[in-house]
Amino acid sequence: MMRHYLKLVTRTLFLTLGAILILIPFAWMLVTSLQPAATTLTIPTTWLPKSLQWLNYWHVWQAAPFARYCLNSLLVTAATTVGQLITSILAAFAFTYLQFYGRRTLFGLLIALMLVPGELLLIPNFVTLAQFHWVDTYAALIVPWLASVFMVVALHQAFRSQPATLYIAAHLDGASDWQYLWHILVPTTRPIITAVALLQVIASWNAFMWPLIVTNSDNLRTLPIGLIAFTTAEGANYPLLMAATVCVILPLLILYLGLQKYLVMGISATHLKG
Amino acid sequence: MLMLNAKPSVKSTLKALLYLAPFLIITGTFAVWPLIHAFLMSSYTHYNYYTNRVSAIGWGNFITLWHDPTFQLACRNTLLLVLVVMPTTVLLSLLIALEINRSRHLAGFFRTIYFLPFVTSTVAIGLVWNWLFRLDGGLLNRFLGCFGINAIDWLNDPHYALPALMVVCVWQGLGINIILFLAGLNHIDQRYAVIATLDGASPWQRFTNVTWPLLLPITILIVVNTSITNFKVFDQVYALFHGTAGPSNADLTLMYYLYQKFYVENQFTLAAASGVVLFVLVGGLTLLTYGYYRHRRRQLGGR
Repeated sequence: MMRHYLKLVTRTLFLTLGAILILIPFAWMLVTSLQPAATTLTIPTTWLPKSLQWLNYWHVWQAAPFARYCLNSLLVTAATTVGQLITSILAAFAFTYLQFYGRRTLFGLLIALMLVPGELLLIPNFVTLAQFHWVDTYAALIVPWLASVFMVVALHQAFRSQPATLYIAAHLDGASDWQYLWHILVPTTRPIITAVALLQVIASWNAFMWPLIVTNSDNLRTLPIGLIAFTTAEGANYPLLMAATVCVILPLLILYLGLQKYLVMGISATHLKG
Repeated sequence: MLMLNAKPSVKSTLKALLYLAPFLIITGTFAVWPLIHAFLMSSYTHYNYYTNRVSAIGWGNFITLWHDPTFQLACRNTLLLVLVVMPTTVLLSLLIALEINRSRHLAGFFRTIYFLPFVTSTVAIGLVWNWLFRLDGGLLNRFLGCFGINAIDWLNDPHYALPALMVVCVWQGLGINIILFLAGLNHIDQRYAVIATLDGASPWQRFTNVTWPLLLPITILIVVNTSITNFKVFDQVYALFHGTAGPSNADLTLMYYLYQKFYVENQFTLAAASGVVLFVLVGGLTLLTYGYYRHRRRQLGGR
C-alpha cells in the first residue's frame, strides 16, 4: 500500500515537472506582456509585476495594423478550410461509392503523393504563381491549398466505415448520390469532418513560410508574418512584442481547449492508417 | 443507379470525374506538376527565370551543392539536429505517455497541457523562446544564475545556438508523439498485462515483453514522423534568430539553406536542387525504416 502510494506521488511529480516546463514559455509570455513597456531590459522582469499594464495590448493594436493581419488570417484560414472540405468530401465520396476506370491506380498515386514533403513544391509553385500573375494576391495564399490528399484519405476511411446498407436504403427511398452525400453521409460523419477541419485551421492559422514568400505588401500579411514585421520594427521592446504574440497564439488556444477531443480524433485519423 | 459493386462504365467514370474534378485540378496544378517541375528545375544549369528560358541542363546544380561549404554545413546541422532531437523526443514522449496512461485521475489534464505547443504558432512561440534565451534579462540565464552559473549567450555563441534550437524542437515535438503513443497504448488489450502479471512478470518484464512489442508499429511511425519534421525545421530558426541562421550559420538547416538560396539570393535552380536532396533524404529514410519494420515483422512470424 505504502509502495503504491509512493509510486503515485513520483508519477505525479514527474508529470507535473514536465507540465511546468511546457507551460513556462506561455507563462513568461503572459507575464512579460503585462510589464511596463521598454523597461524590461533595465529592471529585471518579475513574475508578479506591481501594476499590470493591460494598455500594452492597446498599444500593440495601435502600433501595427494588427486588425488587418487578423482579418487576413481569418479570411485565409476560413477559405482554405472550407475549400479543402468541399473538394475532399467530393473526392472521398467518389473513391468510396463510385465505380470508375483507374480508381485503384489513382488512389495508389495519392498515397504515394503523401510521401512528398510540401517544401519540395515551394519553388515550382512560386514559379507557377508568377506565371499566373498571382504573386502578392489573396489567390496565392488560398488557391494552392484548396486540395489536401491527407484529408481525402482520412475522409475516405471514415466514409468506408459507414454501413453499405445506409447507402442502399437511401437509394431505395429515392435519394440520388448527391442527396445521399450531403443529407446523410456528411451529417453522420460530422465528428471526423470537424476533426480534419480543425487540423487544417491550425495549419492555416500558423502557416509561415508560404505566406512569407508569396506576399510582400503589408495589407496582405497574415498574423505570423505581421508579427515578424512588428518584431523588426519594435526591436527589443519585449512587453509589446509579447502582447502581440499573445494575440497570435490565444485564438487557437481557446479553440483547442473547446474542441480538444476532435483534435485527438483528427490526429488518429490522419496519422494512424491501418 | 446503385453502383456499389457494379463494374465501371464510361458513364459512371464521367460521373466520378465530376466529383473528382475540383480536387484533381488543384492537386494536379499545385502538387503533381510542381513535383515534376522541381526535378526538372534542379537539372537546369542555365535558366533565366524572367523569360523562363532554359539553355542547358545537367547535374551542375548537384555538383555545386556538393562542393558548397554552406550546403555541407546545412547538412551537418540538420543531421545533428535530427540525431539529437528525434531520439530525445521519442524517448521522452514514450515515458510521459506511459505515465499519463497509468495515472487515472489527471490523465486528461496532463494531456491537455503537453499538447498545447502543437496548436501554437511556431513563429510566435519562437519569439518567446528568443526572449527566454536572451543574455540580458532572459529567464533561463536568471535561473542558471541562481545556481551560480555564469550567464550563457545562447543565441550569439555558435557553441550554444544549435542546442538552443534543439530545446525548442523537443519542446514543440512532444505533444503529437504523446497523443500518438497514448492512442497506441489504448489499442493494447489490457488482458495481456493481466495475464503477464498472473504469470509473475515484473513491471519491467511486462514492459519489455508485452507493451513494447505491441507498441513497435506506432513507435516506427513516430520515429519516421519526428525525423521528417526535424529534417524540415525552418520557422523555429527564423523566429529564434530574427530572420538569420544564427551566429556564423550555426543553425543553418537544409530548409533555411533552401529559403536563402531561393528567396534571398534568387538562385532558383540551386534551391530546387537542395529541395530534391531533402526529398531524397526524407523519402529514403521513410522507405528504409518501413522496410526494416516489415523485415522484422516477418522474422517474428507476423503477417
